[in-house]
Amino acid sequence: MANDPILSIRGVSKTYANGPTALEAVDLDIQRGEIFALLGPNGAGKTTLISIVCGIVVPSTGSITVDGHDALNDYKQARRRVGLVPQELSTDAFESVLATVTFSRRLFGRSGHSAYIEELLRDLSLWDKRHAKIMTLSGGMKRRVLIAKALAHEPDLLFLDEPSAGVDVALRRDMWKLVHRLRDRGVTIILTTHYIEEAEEMADRVGVIAKGKLLLVDDKAALMKKLGKRELDLTLVEPMTAIPAELEEWAPTLENEGHTLRYVFDATGERTGIPSFLRRMQELGIAFKDLETSKSSLEDIFVGLVEEKR
Amino acid sequence: MNLHGIWAIYRFEMARFGRTIWTSLMVPVITTSLYFIVFGSAIGSQMREVSGVPYGAFIVPGLMLLAIFSESILNASLGIYMPKFTGTIYELLSAPLSPLETVLGYVGAATTKSVVIGLVIFATAHLFVDLPIAHPFAMIAYLVLVAATFCMFGFAIGIWAKGFEQLQVIPLLVVTPLTFLGGAFYSVTILPEPWRSITLFNPVVYLINGFRWTFFGTSDVGVGISLAVTAGFFAACLTWIGWIFRTGWRLKS
Repeated sequence: MANDPILSIRGVSKTYANGPTALEAVDLDIQRGEIFALLGPNGAGKTTLISIVCGIVVPSTGSITVDGHDALNDYKQARRRVGLVPQELSTDAFESVLATVTFSRRLFGRSGHSAYIEELLRDLSLWDKRHAKIMTLSGGMKRRVLIAKALAHEPDLLFLDEPSAGVDVALRRDMWKLVHRLRDRGVTIILTTHYIEEAEEMADRVGVIAKGKLLLVDDKAALMKKLGKRELDLTLVEPMTAIPAELEEWAPTLENEGHTLRYVFDATGERTGIPSFLRRMQELGIAFKDLETSKSSLEDIFVGLVEEKR
Repeated sequence: MNLHGIWAIYRFEMARFGRTIWTSLMVPVITTSLYFIVFGSAIGSQMREVSGVPYGAFIVPGLMLLAIFSESILNASLGIYMPKFTGTIYELLSAPLSPLETVLGYVGAATTKSVVIGLVIFATAHLFVDLPIAHPFAMIAYLVLVAATFCMFGFAIGIWAKGFEQLQVIPLLVVTPLTFLGGAFYSVTILPEPWRSITLFNPVVYLINGFRWTFFGTSDVGVGISLAVTAGFFAACLTWIGWIFRTGWRLKS
C-alpha cells in the first residue's frame, strides 16, 4: 500500500457542454510524499484536472483513485484525504479566521476542538489574527487563511492551485518553506503554476500540460538533464554581420546586433563541440573578449514544449 | 454519516441568522402587528366571525404561513446561493458530504429560523387576540413540515438562481400572490363560483387550511387532502434536489 501511488488518474477527459475539450485522456500517478508541479499556460486544463479530483467538476470519462479509494464511488473516503487551496481568494468575508478554519475542519468530518488548529494558525502566522474578520485581512493573509482551511482536516494530499498568484515575494518564500515542512510531515503536494521558478524551487517531478493534454511527466532533474541545452555566448571584439561558412557546422547564431556569437550545445553529450568550435574561430581570426555559458531553465523547456505543441 | 459536517453547515447558517437577529425577528413582529391593526381592527370590526372563529384569530395561521413561506425560501436560497456567488462553494463540493448531509445542514438551519419566526409571530398575535389551539402537537408538526418543505423549495431555487433577481422572482411573483389568493385572510367558502372552484387549484389553499385546522379544528377543505398536498410538495422538492445532486446541475461544471 505504501508504494502505491496516492493519486492515480486514468483516462480522465472533460468536454464541457457546447464547449471545448478541457482535458484529453489524462493518465497520471502521484507518489506518496512527493511534490509534483503541474505546469501549463492559462487555459491548459490544470484547474480542471484538480477540480475533477476534488469533486468540483464531473469528468466526462475516466477514473480516479485517492489512496486506493475511488473518487466517484467511494468519494467520502477519497475526499477526506484531499485538501484544496483554490486559485481565487474565495472566503466568507464576515467570518473570523478561527471560525472559518474550524468550519473547514468540521466540514471534512473532524471534531472542531483541536490543538491542531492552534498549531496550524501559529504555523501560518495567523494566530494573532484568529478573531479578525476575514474581510479585514490583506490579500496575502487571506491566502494564508485558504491554506489553513485546506490543511484544517489534516489531508494526505494537498492541491495548491496557483499558490503564488497575487502574493508578494516574502509570502511566496514563506509558502515554499511551508510546503517543504508539509512534505517532511508526509503530505503529498500537487501544485499548479505558471511560475517556473516555483516549480524549480519546490518540485520533485514536473508535468507539462497544454490544451488539455499531458505532454510529459518526469523527474525535474532528469527533465532538465534530458531536455536541457547549454549556451555558449562569445562577446566579439569586432561585431559580425554574417556567420562565416566555415562555422556552419556548429550552427551558431548572432545575437545582440552581431556583438555576440551564440553556440548551443548538448551538455549531456559525450562531445560538446566547444574545443573544435573555438579552435576554428581562432583559425579564422575571430577574436572574442568574453565568454559565458548558461543552462536552459525549466521555463525554456516549458516554452519549448508548449510551442512545439502549438 | 458526517455529523461534524452537518453540524458545521448548521452552525454556519445559524451564525448568519444571528448576525441579523434583530432585523430577522423585528420585521415579522412589526409586520404582524401592522396586519392586526389593518385587518384585525379596521376590517375585522366589520367581519366579526369566519367559520365560527373571531376574524382576528382566524387570520393568524395565514399570517404565520405567509411569513414562513417567504422566510423559508429567502433563508434557504441565500444559504446555498451565497457560496455560489462568493466562490466558497468549492469547499462544500469537495467535502466528504453526501447530498442528504448537505441538505440536512442547510435546510435544517433554514427550517429552524423559519419555525422561530413563526413562533415569534404566534407570540405577537397573542398580544392582540385570544388564540386557542385545538391540536397543539399537530400545529407544531405541521409548522415544521411546511417550513422544511419551503426551505427545500428555497434551497432548490438558490441553486437554480443565476443572480439575485432570480432569487426574488418565485417568492415575490408566484408564492406571495398564491398565498394572498389562497385564503390567508378569508375562507374560500365565501367566494362565489367559479372563483371558489378555481381557488381550489391553488395548492396554498390546502397548506393554509391544514394549518388552520390545527388551530381551530375546522377547515375549508379536508385535513387529509391538506396533508397529502403538503407531503406531495415535500416529495416534489426532495425529488428536485435529488436530481440536482445526481446531475450536478448548476452546482458542478
